[in-house]
Order: sequence, then structure tokens, then C-alpha cells
Amino acid sequence: MSTADTVRAAPSSYLYYRHTVAVRIMHWINVIALTVLLMSGLNIFSAHPALYWGQSSYSSRPPVLEIGAMEDADNVTGVTRILGRDFDTTGLFGASRDASGEIVAATFPSWLTIPGNRWLSLARQWHFLFAWIFLVNGLCYVLYAIGSRHLARDLAPTATDWRSIGRSIIDHLRFHHPIGEASKRYNVLQKLAYLTVIFVLLPLVILMGFAMSPGLDSVIPGWVELVGGRQSARTIHFVIAWLLVAFVFVHVFEVVITGLWNNLRSMITGRYRVEGEAGDESR
Amino acid sequence: MNPVEISPRRRFLLAALSGAGALVLAGCDKLANTAWFQKTLDAGESLTRVGQRLVIPRRAMAQEFSDADLSPQFRSNGTSVPRSAQYQALATGGFAAYRLEVGGLVERPASLSLADLRALPNRTQITRHDCVEGWSAIGKWKGAKLAALLDTVQPKPNARYVVFHCADPMESDGTSPYYESIDFEDAYHPQTILAYELNDKSLPVPNGAPLRLRVERQLGYKHAKYVMRIELVDSFANIAGGKGGYWEDQGYQWYAGI
Repeated sequence: MSTADTVRAAPSSYLYYRHTVAVRIMHWINVIALTVLLMSGLNIFSAHPALYWGQSSYSSRPPVLEIGAMEDADNVTGVTRILGRDFDTTGLFGASRDASGEIVAATFPSWLTIPGNRWLSLARQWHFLFAWIFLVNGLCYVLYAIGSRHLARDLAPTATDWRSIGRSIIDHLRFHHPIGEASKRYNVLQKLAYLTVIFVLLPLVILMGFAMSPGLDSVIPGWVELVGGRQSARTIHFVIAWLLVAFVFVHVFEVVITGLWNNLRSMITGRYRVEGEAGDESR
Repeated sequence: MNPVEISPRRRFLLAALSGAGALVLAGCDKLANTAWFQKTLDAGESLTRVGQRLVIPRRAMAQEFSDADLSPQFRSNGTSVPRSAQYQALATGGFAAYRLEVGGLVERPASLSLADLRALPNRTQITRHDCVEGWSAIGKWKGAKLAALLDTVQPKPNARYVVFHCADPMESDGTSPYYESIDFEDAYHPQTILAYELNDKSLPVPNGAPLRLRVERQLGYKHAKYVMRIELVDSFANIAGGKGGYWEDQGYQWYAGI
């Protein structure tokens, strides 16, 4: 066959079975669980909107982060104080619009918390129920990923991946993404991002949750000191929650720019459309 | 400070996010109002209690600290001065007339003065107090071991819970006295004490004078202040709201190890 024939051949796009049903189900359970955990967690945080480093909140050191509101005759300003520096965060943190559109003092806007009003006991019930769902789902995922070789086959970076890391960074910065056969595999930055979330951030956020439990703290007395104490654990728990939010923003951004419907379909039906490249004979 | 100008793009992003959040929220709030979902939430709570009780050894000890770790001032939360006339009369008299009544399902009901309580085997411990709100404070507590007190009153075989009735009314009309309850696993734990001293001084009124419970492996609201009467029961279903404590009756978890 001449090269000219190949170029003229019918478009070689086809559907590729990308995500197994187990991965798809666990992905969406995780989406729901993490959403509820974040929103109920922010409601819990509102009960004492300050973070500290160390064992206790009442030492000689000031909080590392504080969210509050400054009110004068005609203005409410949301203030977030990080390491002693004040930031105006009106609209999001400290003060935001209520249902009637008026700016009121509130740690987080109502639409960001579960339940919508400040309600510590109910928020805790939501948080712990979905923590169980998240934990069991996560354990199932890790066992599945190892057992089915999803981890070794799709997520572990190969030697070629490590060598291509520089080019991958440049590609990402240019929003240049692989098409054709190369789009069937995760790129190296993608692999590293997923591995960091799955094996570093998520286990750590769970462990920091455990560290806040006075019951679990007693299992091995003093283990909380490994991370600086219970209040440090609470701070780390909070910071990781926002790192996960940052990951989701980047993840969804990449999903959108590399083909929203194609990506979404592949995580619902499993099928991902691979666009053929002219002259590609690797099929 | 002037509010920062928000660019149209950010405004759009914020609006889109808040729209999505409001949708999730409306669904969740509706869900939380249904009976079956409240039952699911309660089941989650039971799972946590059973799970923690399985992994935490009965005699596992809460971490203890050194004098260097003490919080400069131990924060008082909730009631800082009980409003009842009876309590205020006791406080004026330096709690000389205070008696701790112990009754319910016991063989030998007792009435103890502070001197009687001080004569019981005691324990001193520097522990971290974790409030359900999220903050922690470290204090040094000295008090009578609850196990020793229970040994003197001899619980009947059908007794399952120890209920602490307190002097502080939680309603402004003087009703709804604070109360709490724990089971025997916590009651006989070596760190469970009836504290009469904080940081080497008589327990101050804001922290629960003359006597407060310390149950170190649970959150702050379990540590009943101003304890006046201890009652052993087989069930707390008929006490106040029936959930085993003032905050429990408001929806908080009875098992507060998390």
C-alpha cells in the first residue's frame, strides 16, 4: 500500500475501552463522598474558624489562620488572617451574600457548606457517614488497582515516562495534548498527579482525621506528636482538603480542554474515542 | 479595607460554583429532612462507635503531657457560672455544704462531702481537652477515681450507665439542667476521674467547681461540670430527652470519641 492510499483511507477514529466498570463506579462514589466531606467539613470548621500549630489552641502562639468578619455601621468585611497578615476575602471567606443577596458575616457562604446553615452536630453526622463511604471505597480501589494490575499497567510511570517528563511539562504549559494512539495512555504528569492524590494526599487526609479523634489518639499514646500535635493535624487536614480542591480544578480543566464529552463518556460508559492520525498504521 | 474588585470572569466562575453548590446543598438539606436518611446518618454514627470500640483497647490511655505543655489559661466553655440559687448559695459558702449524691441502681447509695471525695484514691493527670468545636487546651487535673467511688457504692448487676446530673440550668428560665452519661467501659477507665483540682488549685467556678467529670478519650461536652448527683441506670431513655446528655438531646453524638 502506498503512503497516498493510507492518507486517503477512511477516518480511523474508533472507540477504545478505557475505564473498567469498577473504576467508573468507584470514581463517581469518590466524587460524591469527597464533595460531601468538603462541604460538611467546612461547616464543622465554622464552629471554630481558626487553625493552630502544636498540641493545643491555647499556647502563647497565635493561630496560623483565622477567618472572621469586621463590621462597621454600613459594611461587613470578610477577613482571612494568615500568619498575621490580613486578606480581604469578602464574598467567599468571613463574609458573603446570603439568600437575599445581602453581605453577612459567615465563615463560608451557605452554598459551600452542608447543611447550609451553621449546624455542627448534623454536619458531623454527614462528615462521618461519608468518611466511611470514602474510606471503604478507597480501600476497594487500592485493592482493585493492585489486583487487576491497573496500578502497574496504567498508573506506574515507565522508564520512557521519566525521560519524557521535561517535554510533558512543556506540553502541559502549551495546552498541547497527545492525540491518536498516545491519548490512550496517561502522560507522566497525569500519572504522577493521580499517584500523589491516591497514595499521599488521600491517606494523609484520613490519617489527620484520625488524629483529631481523642479515642483513636489513645490507641498509641503520643502518635499525634509525629505531625506536631492534634491542632497541627487539624491544620494539615484543612490544607490537604484545599489541595484536593486545587487538584479537582486542574483535573476538570484538563478534562474540559482535552474533550469534555469524550472524557466524560469514557468515565460513564468506559468508551473513549481515539482520533486517528494521518499515516498512522499502528492499528 | 476596601473590598477587592472582582473581575467578570471570576464573578462568573463564582456564580457557576455557587449555583452548583446551592443545588448540591438543596438536595442534601432535603435529604437530611427525610426519616430514612436521618436513620442512615444514625447508622453511620453507630458504625463509628462500634468501629472505635473495636480498635481502641479498653485500657488504652489518653496521652499525658508535662507541666511545660499547660495552656496559660484553661478555656471555659458553655456555662461559666450556674444561675441556680442553690448553686450560688453553695459557692458563697465555699462549697462547705456540698454533697455529691450517688444513687440509682447501687447496693449502697452514698452522700459524699468534698473531704470524703478527697479521701478516695485519686489520680493526677495532664491531658488535652478536645472541644467538639475543634479547639484543644491542656490542663492538669486531680480527682477521685470514678472506679473507686463505684466500688464503694457497689453497682447492681443490671446497671449499665453512669449518669451525671449537674447544677447548671441550660435554659434561661432555670430548666433543662446539664447532664451526661457514660458506660461502664469508660466509667472504670483509670483516667476517668471526678476532678476537684485544676492546675494545682481548687477547681474554679468557670471550669466546673466543685466537681467535674474527666473522661479523657472523649470530646469536651462529655466532661460534665458542676456534678451534683450521680445515678446508675440500665437505660437513659427516660431521662430528659432520652439521648443520654444535654447536647445529645440537641443532636450531638452520645459516643464522642471522634
